[in-house]
Amino acid sequence: MKDIIQVKNISFNYADQPLLFDNLSLNVHEGEWLALIGQNGSGKSTLARLIDGLNVLKQGQIIVDGLLVNDENILDIRNKIGMVFQNPEDQFVGATVEDDVAFGLENRQVDREQMHHIVERSLKNVNMWDFRDRIPANLSGGQKQRVAIAGIVALSPQIIILDEATSMLDPRGRQDILNLVREIKAKNHLTVISITHDIDEAAGADRVVVINHGKKIDEDVPDKIFANTEQLEQIGLDAPYTSQLIAALKGKGVNLNQQYLDSERLIAWIKQLVSNK
Amino acid sequence: MNNFLFGRYLPGNSWVHQMSPQSKLMLSFYFVIVIFFANNLASYAALAALIAIVILLSGVSILFFLKGIRPLIWLIIFTVALQILFSAGGTVLWKWGPFSVTNLSLINGGFIFIRFLLIIMISTVLTLTTTPLAIADGVQTVLKPLKKVKFPVDTLALMLSIALRFVPTLMDEMETILNAQRSRGVDFGSGSLKHRVQAAVPLLVPLFTGAINHAENLSTAMEARGFSDSEHRSKYRIYRWQLKDTVSWLVFLLVGGLVLYLRK
Repeated sequence: MKDIIQVKNISFNYADQPLLFDNLSLNVHEGEWLALIGQNGSGKSTLARLIDGLNVLKQGQIIVDGLLVNDENILDIRNKIGMVFQNPEDQFVGATVEDDVAFGLENRQVDREQMHHIVERSLKNVNMWDFRDRIPANLSGGQKQRVAIAGIVALSPQIIILDEATSMLDPRGRQDILNLVREIKAKNHLTVISITHDIDEAAGADRVVVINHGKKIDEDVPDKIFANTEQLEQIGLDAPYTSQLIAALKGKGVNLNQQYLDSERLIAWIKQLVSNK
Repeated sequence: MNNFLFGRYLPGNSWVHQMSPQSKLMLSFYFVIVIFFANNLASYAALAALIAIVILLSGVSILFFLKGIRPLIWLIIFTVALQILFSAGGTVLWKWGPFSVTNLSLINGGFIFIRFLLIIMISTVLTLTTTPLAIADGVQTVLKPLKKVKFPVDTLALMLSIALRFVPTLMDEMETILNAQRSRGVDFGSGSLKHRVQAAVPLLVPLFTGAINHAENLSTAMEARGFSDSEHRSKYRIYRWQLKDTVSWLVFLLVGGLVLYLRK
């Protein structure tokens, strides 16, 4: 599989602060859902900003779909990447929903006629067309994130980066947004990088990369990552609820062959266990 | 304040609603200038008749206009009172120390009152029939000629529209901070002026911190969405000059001419 993003031996630090990344390398495969997990301050958001050229790299290279991230390619790279940020309020530029979706198109000097078509299509995509006249003050956090996603869909990128995009939403809003992104990803064959410390969000990914103090300490499928509850605890992350349950059962002498199960599979397994007795 | 900026727009589809914002904006300025040329009953009557027609054409209930006057009522009374008590000339009707009321000062006071009323009416028509966003766009169109002298008109318009967009956000935050401080026993409403100013400090500091954070995050989000400079962008909204604008201008120019003819 092709690597759509290659992070090669990068080093970076913010002004007057110690080195955050020291020789970090990471690849993102085309079409995958990659979850980047780690504690606050572990550098995961900074990594996303470096990929999008929002922060400038000191050393090393980042290549996005064959283009080196530098001043020259920056606009082309931002055409390929759509980013959804944490605070719904702080990425709403337009005065109304439709003006906000149009913002990215205006920046690319898209023709007005075409712009109206794209805005309509994008808003219908995220079920927000009926809200097109609303001002952001009259929208919920989840609705604002939907608009942010519409703004990204309008630009038809290849990669979506969710930078803690669901962390300020309630559980239902969070699930809504994730389902929406999943749907859009499948329809448009996108690559998704989700930066999160919501373990359940990461559990739905194809692959998980664990970052701690600017170092990649593990990368694997979620099942393997979450089976290793000790490692998660060491870097201060909660293990998913099911992993905790499995560990607790183990302590009671109930042994499970598999290391990690999501809640559905765990329920099925417990049912089977009970009926066998 | 929230109501002042946002609650005022009344959606509608009247003649005035359909006019382009740039022409409404310019017409309002023009009208205010014409008001200062009026100096007798006939010329004021002409202007009052025009504004009455405009209000009828806006399809907005007169009650909303009366509401527009309320916040300014003290300013009006004060100015009119000053005019009546201090202007000289004419037959003295009443005198007490430095104050005097003459027949001329009464007439002048009345005219000032009408002048205020007319200015409030025209600006209320503008804000009731035009969204803040449309007004920002109108400003951009009106200022367009300044581009020739390298004035950043588009940047200004974008700043204006973002500022308008964040007003309700900051209002909400102020409300939250206000309640948080109140719950800790801060009293904002009473005490000496000095005390009240001091009480505002713990309100302003977190409000400013929040605003600066918003600004920083917003600029990152704008960059991520491909924003590089505001002068090279296409426009999603456009407000075209229409026949209604031309007709309105002709009528307003005619009335302007009439005022010049009727004035003393």
